[in-house]
Amino acid sequence: MVTNATSLTRSGLSDFIIQRVSALILGLYTICITGFLLLTPDLDYATWVAFHGGTWMQLFSTLAVLALAAHAWIGMWTVGTDYIREHYFGQRATVFRSIYMVICAGVLFVFVAWSLQIFWRL
Amino acid sequence: MQVSIYRYNPDTDEAPWMQDVDVDIPAGRDLMVLDVLELMKSKDASISYRRSCREGVCGSDGVNMNGRNGLACITPLSEVVKKDRLVLRPLPGLPVIRDLVVDMTQFFRQYEKIQPYLQNDKPAPATERLQSPEEREKLDGLYECILCACCSTACPSFWWNPDKFIGPAGLLQAYRFLSDSRDTATAARLADLDDPFSVFRCRGIMNCVSVCPKGLNPTRAIGHIKHMLLQQGT
Ligand code: SF4
Ligand code: SF4
Ligand code: FES
Repeated sequence: MVTNATSLTRSGLSDFIIQRVSALILGLYTICITGFLLLTPDLDYATWVAFHGGTWMQLFSTLAVLALAAHAWIGMWTVGTDYIREHYFGQRATVFRSIYMVICAGVLFVFVAWSLQIFWRL
Repeated sequence: MQVSIYRYNPDTDEAPWMQDVDVDIPAGRDLMVLDVLELMKSKDASISYRRSCREGVCGSDGVNMNGRNGLACITPLSEVVKKDRLVLRPLPGLPVIRDLVVDMTQFFRQYEKIQPYLQNDKPAPATERLQSPEEREKLDGLYECILCACCSTACPSFWWNPDKFIGPAGLLQAYRFLSDSRDTATAARLADLDDPFSVFRCRGIMNCVSVCPKGLNPTRAIGHIKHMLLQQGT
């Protein structure tokens, strides 16, 4: 058993499942948005706002935003632990990887907070 | 034929270097790469490599031939030589001890982790633990592994995390014991593998499958392990 505190769930299986489910959610969301854009030839601001104003759409968007954040965290964590390692950076690898993960966390936090603010008009 | 061979003697060389050697290949015969190494060694006894059985059974002469891992003793020149040139390097990703000889400690440490022996908590029967032919069949394609390390050293995930990712060879053996009807430690074995590295670092690149000299399929075994973890987890 290899433990690591910064992985999303610390279980490879849970990370794996979250990665698949979030991908599915993002896929459906993409289809939904693309479908709407294709079926609405003369799109204007009012239609766009009305489309996103429905509670179901707000919930779906929230779900998609959270799915993207989880998906990105697992992916970025994997990339980080693959490439930012002692082999290349010696003793400083852990520091570099921590900085990298803090930056990722910061970006994702801003992304989630800002998206929720927009979708829920806070 | 021109052979370019990786040379490194830690006592005398500051850095590894490639030595170009012209080797006379007897006409009309398709030698194995190991034969070529023997020819070279008869001229220059300092060339080092491992070998024993010379028939693909012991797994000691895994090397990288023109960029591809394999057993030198069962790889004919006709299969690897391109433009009359052969580049021989040690298996990638492991520390080099000398020339083509690598330090396999990390590889065997991963093998050790999966506890490659039968575990059974029931009292031992008077004679033996029997298996039905069907149960025995489940071990086919798993038990044949000779631990040559060609697969794990071709796997990028193993290069990046050789201390955390078990690697295809170890995982193939993990599945060999997970699917053995006589083994009762299945749940504990699975619990040991459910971290983000041991199994889940496999990205399904399938380099392991393409190089295995025994024609085994570690990727499929890894898929089965993931499936078992999923079933146990839900
Ligand atoms: S699975 Fe194949 S390549 Fe890997 S160690 Fe076993 S025999 Fe060698
Ligand atoms: S399939 Fe998995 S184990 Fe095999 S080479 Fe690819 S990442 Fe490595
Ligand atoms: S020498 Fe034994 S496998 Fe090649």
